[in-house]
Amino acid sequence: METNPIRVALVGQPNVGKSSLINAISNAHLHVGNFAGVTVEKSEVQMHYCDPDGCREYEITIVDLPGAYSLNDYTQEERVTKEFLLDGDYDLILNVVDATHLQRNLLLTAELLELGKKMVVALNMIDEAEKEGIEIDAEQLSAILGVPVVKTSARKKRGLDELLATIVRVYKQQETRSKIVYSDFIEEEIDRLVRFFMEKNYRSDIPYRHLAIRLLKEDTRIYKQMHDEPIWIELLPILREALDHIYLHTGKRDLDEIFADEHFAFAKGAKMEVISTKAMRAQNITQKIDNLLINKYLGIPIFLFLMWGLFQLTFTLGAMPMDWIQAGIDWASAQAHHLLGDGELGSVVGDGIIQGVGAVLLFLPNIIILFIGIALLETTGYMARVAFLLDGFFHKFGLHGKSFIPLVTGFGCTVPAYMAARTLKSRSDRLITLFILGFFSCSARIPVYVLFAGAFFGVEHAGNILFLIYITGAILGLIAAKVLRTFFFKEEDDPFVMEMPKYRLPSLKLIYHVVYGQAADYLHKAGTFILAASVLIWFASNYPKQPELVAQYQQKIEQAADAQSKDRLQAELQTRQLEKSYLGQLGKWTEPFFAPLGFDWRMSVALEAGLAAKEVIVSTLGVLYSLGDQVSAESQGLRERLRAEISLPAAVAFIVFVMIYIPCLASMAVFYREAGGWKYLLYLFLMTTATAWLLSFLAYNGVRFLTQSGG
Amino acid sequence: MILTELRKGERGTIRQIHADPELKRRLHSFGIIPGEELEVKGCSLARQTIEIDVDGTLIALRKEEAEKIEVTPEHEEHPVPLHIQQ
Repeated sequence: METNPIRVALVGQPNVGKSSLINAISNAHLHVGNFAGVTVEKSEVQMHYCDPDGCREYEITIVDLPGAYSLNDYTQEERVTKEFLLDGDYDLILNVVDATHLQRNLLLTAELLELGKKMVVALNMIDEAEKEGIEIDAEQLSAILGVPVVKTSARKKRGLDELLATIVRVYKQQETRSKIVYSDFIEEEIDRLVRFFMEKNYRSDIPYRHLAIRLLKEDTRIYKQMHDEPIWIELLPILREALDHIYLHTGKRDLDEIFADEHFAFAKGAKMEVISTKAMRAQNITQKIDNLLINKYLGIPIFLFLMWGLFQLTFTLGAMPMDWIQAGIDWASAQAHHLLGDGELGSVVGDGIIQGVGAVLLFLPNIIILFIGIALLETTGYMARVAFLLDGFFHKFGLHGKSFIPLVTGFGCTVPAYMAARTLKSRSDRLITLFILGFFSCSARIPVYVLFAGAFFGVEHAGNILFLIYITGAILGLIAAKVLRTFFFKEEDDPFVMEMPKYRLPSLKLIYHVVYGQAADYLHKAGTFILAASVLIWFASNYPKQPELVAQYQQKIEQAADAQSKDRLQAELQTRQLEKSYLGQLGKWTEPFFAPLGFDWRMSVALEAGLAAKEVIVSTLGVLYSLGDQVSAESQGLRERLRAEISLPAAVAFIVFVMIYIPCLASMAVFYREAGGWKYLLYLFLMTTATAWLLSFLAYNGVRFLTQSGG
Repeated sequence: MILTELRKGERGTIRQIHADPELKRRLHSFGIIPGEELEVKGCSLARQTIEIDVDGTLIALRKEEAEKIEVTPEHEEHPVPLHIQQ
């Protein structure tokens, strides 16, 4: 049976439940595509649909476009949407409309109707609207818009099949009857132009009416397109006259504003005709919650408390399964040695791969908890409130309130955070946010923090230390923003106009999808990238072989009198071998650079390996220290090992360095793309490395001074 | 009267927006359009940002933007015509 492909462009304002809708549809009809918490780039979902009438098989591809309040490309996301709608390859538009905010949503619908494409409107969240006492006459609305309107609810799974059936039906139609009715004086001018085109029998790809409207709106593309055609000469005076009439009528010369008024009148009129509200809404839940959460005085303390709670949870709850995972890793490592022998193979699997990857797996619980927390903030609508609370404060540091959203995302992973910065309109706002995002520690750095905090401050304080690290990072970020705004990006920041979405109970499914996707990414990275890095580090720390050194020590060991000195010599050999290895050579070579910070060559190597990804720091330390571990009779954890070998000031300096320097290779690639230039990437690298070094230096000497004077 | 002069809980009608075309379009797309009613729902510390309700949508504005929106308070029966005011 042949399948007919249908491409659907999914468009709607932010917070109308586009992603939930697409998720609900695709779950009911085969597989789910990728699923990002906030859609910044368009993503596609495919599904099959069998038309019951003709029993023809359809393959429907839904292109999920970023949310847009309107098509006047205010933000970069809106530009992505607008460009796709104008030039993209699709058959029809699916416009998702929030039934509880019909009027505002219809403003976008009016703009979409002007595109003259086939269209279906999904009247989403209809269950919520009904709960609020809003009744909507979908048939009447459909008559006004000239396109089918389907009532849907992603949560209650309502209208999903009908929606697909309608999409197929509209796809089969020859042309669209979409219409938007303007005021009489504009309609007259449209008629005049349409008549002219008819008389000239003008060839046009789009209907005359739409052509006329776009000319009246002074659409640059259409002007460019028609400019070189012979008809232009005759068209020009008619058009000029038409515009003059419109100006005369409205008393305005700003066409954007004139048409905005038209859209508004259209949206308002449509709403009045189709909506009947049973009861005046009393103060709804959102407002009650807002009274508390964005309270002038309580708002910020509540926010700080929630963040503190999240980090506490991340550590305490996440620490529980860690012992089991550690036991599993040690067991697997021992098994590898047992099965594969003590030769090279046993060593590469047991020490290189299992210890290296294991060190990263250990932190999966922490990361899952943090991701759940961030997903909750995002889906409940609290994030927008925090932006509201913080804008005044942020503004003083040259940041935009909206920067808060990428910054919090940055606590999860810097890569999507860089992309989330696209919600910021002005280039200087965006660049500043991009530059300081690294200060907001991503989850990949948690392993390092947890390891060091646990080792040097005791497990019971680790949650607080973690919170302190994050807060310090955030403060540093703010200071950096101020510096950047004062010296490099001097333009004023953007206006702050932001919708505060209604509070919603997060859907478990949505949270599951977001967290599952991110955890899977993390595991995937552990299985590929970090595995490869572990093998590389194992190799670099085992080669080149030094037969002379080994022979020399072998002799000494044989001559040694007791077991104790044998062990000691064995350990000495291990250390000497490591120092002579490629890794040791690299570490020794760069040691002078890190020496003022109190780092030995092993810590230097770990930091260099950490340029690839922060998880690699822990796995590198794991490999480096587990190699030395073999000799000791009882297996010691990495934590005790570190405490024995690293001084407290050096450990603090190490944490500071990890907090600040560049997140990872992947983030560098995305930064380069988002900032738009090698120049900026170089600046970022220099800025973060210099700051990291300087502050580590201060931290090292500060702590050393304190511990010495304190006794 | 400008929007920032309204207190929390007070209502008004939008009369005019004194902003550059870009910001004006942005405000329009949120439903902030002359003729619409609004209510001030809250503000952050030092009135840096204020929250308004326009046709059921909650919108956050910074002080600088709110100052560009001219409103007629609900209780003011006969607003002063614009040409006299200026």
